[in-house]
Amino acid sequence: METLSLKKETTDDTTKDTISLSGSQAVLEGCIAEGVDTIFGYPGGAIMPIYDALYDYNDKLKHILVRHEQGGIHAAQGYARSSGRVGVVFATSGPGATNLVTGLADAMIDSTPLVAITGQVFAHLLGTDAFQETDVINITTPVTKWNYQVTDATEIPAVLAKAFYLARSGRPGPVLIDITKNAQIQKFDYKGYTKCNHVRSYRPKPIVRKEYIAEAAKLINAAEKPFMIFGQGVILGKAEKEFKTFIEKAGIPSAWTILGLSALPTDHPLNVGMLGMHGNYGPNVMTNECDVLIAVGMRFDDRVTGRLDKYARQAKIIHLDIDPSEIDKNVKATVGVWGDCKETLPLLTKLIETKVYPQWVEKFRACDQEENKEVIFEELHPSTEQLTMGEVIRNLNELTNGDAIIVTDVGQHQMVTCRYAKFNESKSNITSGGLGTMGFALPAAIGAKFGAPHRTVVAVIGDGGIQMTIQELGTIMQTGLNVKIMILNNQFLGMVRQWQQLFNDKRYSFVDIASPDYVMVAKGYGIEGQKVTLRETLKNALQTMLQHDGSYLLEVMVGKENNVFPMVPQGCSVSEVRLK
Amino acid sequence: MKQEFTITVYAENHIGLLVRIATIFSRRKINIESLNTSPSEAEGIHRFTIVIEETEEVVRKLARQIEKQVEVLKAYYNTNEEIIWQELALYKVPTDEIAEKVKVERLLREHGARAVVIRKDYTIFETSGHREETDKLVEVLAPYGLIEFVRSARVAIIKNSKGFHEKLKEFDEAEPGEELIENEFLDKQDEVFTM
Repeated sequence: METLSLKKETTDDTTKDTISLSGSQAVLEGCIAEGVDTIFGYPGGAIMPIYDALYDYNDKLKHILVRHEQGGIHAAQGYARSSGRVGVVFATSGPGATNLVTGLADAMIDSTPLVAITGQVFAHLLGTDAFQETDVINITTPVTKWNYQVTDATEIPAVLAKAFYLARSGRPGPVLIDITKNAQIQKFDYKGYTKCNHVRSYRPKPIVRKEYIAEAAKLINAAEKPFMIFGQGVILGKAEKEFKTFIEKAGIPSAWTILGLSALPTDHPLNVGMLGMHGNYGPNVMTNECDVLIAVGMRFDDRVTGRLDKYARQAKIIHLDIDPSEIDKNVKATVGVWGDCKETLPLLTKLIETKVYPQWVEKFRACDQEENKEVIFEELHPSTEQLTMGEVIRNLNELTNGDAIIVTDVGQHQMVTCRYAKFNESKSNITSGGLGTMGFALPAAIGAKFGAPHRTVVAVIGDGGIQMTIQELGTIMQTGLNVKIMILNNQFLGMVRQWQQLFNDKRYSFVDIASPDYVMVAKGYGIEGQKVTLRETLKNALQTMLQHDGSYLLEVMVGKENNVFPMVPQGCSVSEVRLK
Repeated sequence: MKQEFTITVYAENHIGLLVRIATIFSRRKINIESLNTSPSEAEGIHRFTIVIEETEEVVRKLARQIEKQVEVLKAYYNTNEEIIWQELALYKVPTDEIAEKVKVERLLREHGARAVVIRKDYTIFETSGHREETDKLVEVLAPYGLIEFVRSARVAIIKNSKGFHEKLKEFDEAEPGEELIENEFLDKQDEVFTM
């Protein structure tokens, strides 16, 4: 019984090799065996037995009481993204469980490993419209990698082991386990916890087929203008080193998707910037000029590709991914390499020639100059009286030196932050990419701090997004956590306003959003803060925020009608990227 | 070009998997023409037979999404030429009508029908075959007061299939051989979807 962390006193007879545990205790024993140290959650009727058991596990499992289940699951996501481990969230049945749905969908589309455990009504009440009963399994089916309802406690150790295995292996994703109240209460003979490493119907990754590697290498070696685009797969596959070794040997300029950001240090000479709708000029234009496009751990999202029938038509495409259903899904690959990039990249590195493409890389740099002239310089060093989001991030960079974890919400501030924030270390950019969930940042930052306690965590949030999950300030208050909250307030739902300006004749329809006095709200939660409107005070305020011992809220008033450029308008090709 | 495809899915027999598979179609607004679930030749393995009308490109992507589900072992898709299939139909007609106005015997013989139940008030016939064939008997029986008609989903056998026994053995192993986890979706060989 070495896996058992409960004190032996709780058992009647310690000489037996099984002991009697409740389903709830088995859940917590399983979490501990999986190395879980932090659980985000919110109690309620149907999950009370688990919370009752948790009372005795207080020294081994840290439970963070959030203010809303959505906050709980976003925190678990933040935890998973900053630590590279599985995030765990508890919620009760009914509304508790349905409040998880947005986070599950977010984790599903962004491949975040999560295990969500929900309470459920007694098994004999299933289907009777009992109090706080919802059909959680069916509601969450499309937004989970796997889900399962437990009605008998004896299933719990095996189901939990499977859940953790599925969540973190292959292409990671969220798994939900719904446990009826009777199963939580039920005592059974606990035979210990065995980790799962095989599910017969599930293939997390294939044996890499060398002939595809060889074909890919042949294309790369023959290329004159190769271009690498990378996504979160590099981070999830813990293959940052392998990736860097590859591009350095191949000499290939590399651009990132928003979720790939921080896998390669910002100032790496081959890092040519961000792809997609608000990405950099060079990577977008050169996508339609390169002769070999190598995509790794990314899924050709429409925000990355723009118009598909005009996307990299001239190029041979090599697509490396762990999920075979992504290969050929949006963009047809000339060579698809199905496998874990931790394995495929080194195999590829072996077969490629050491090269440099100075003239080709120079083309990206020329685009950078153009973009700098038209967009970046003014954004980072504005001549306007009003502050810009870009200069706030520039100042932040200067103070953090690119060592902070930066969590962003969704909208203009997200694009600006991802464009300009500097990163030295992987797993430092945490944002809601695929789903674009406003309200993500504040709770995700809380989770990120728990996942990486020794790092500075800065949440950059718009005035819209902060108001969606502002209640999580209560979680910060209660836990005494140290996260830096920076609200970039343009007094608009800025991204929608930008679209309305550009495409709807400035018909500003319900984008004018009022804000409370955030500093006063923070104060109510015992969190220090200040509001900045002037350039002269910005840097000092940022400094104060970063140096403050504890959480700090900084509201920065920025230009009301600033737009994010470059922009690939919807329905346009990436090479039609607009600089203004 | 859209055409009829039969998707054969080998999967664990778990509650909830049907919904997972169904949503793969419904979220893309693709109608399932026919769906059958049954045991397969391999013990404990369930077999789904799904008929849809789509282009091959779409069907290929659907098959990949289906196979991505944790509890699915394999998904194959085939054109009608590559399979042998049957659908079962039942017809309920008034016995009086049928006995007086048609020669039951001829009916049975011409349409390959079988009488399952003959009662004073009604008779139930059964045929199996392709849709066009079962539809034809509906036409013939309609004038005589067809009381009820029902047709089952398609069940299909893939002509080239060697069955699932051998593959299952490999799935059972934690480290299956190369053949099983081959890069088959990416393979250019046609064999992929015909087993």
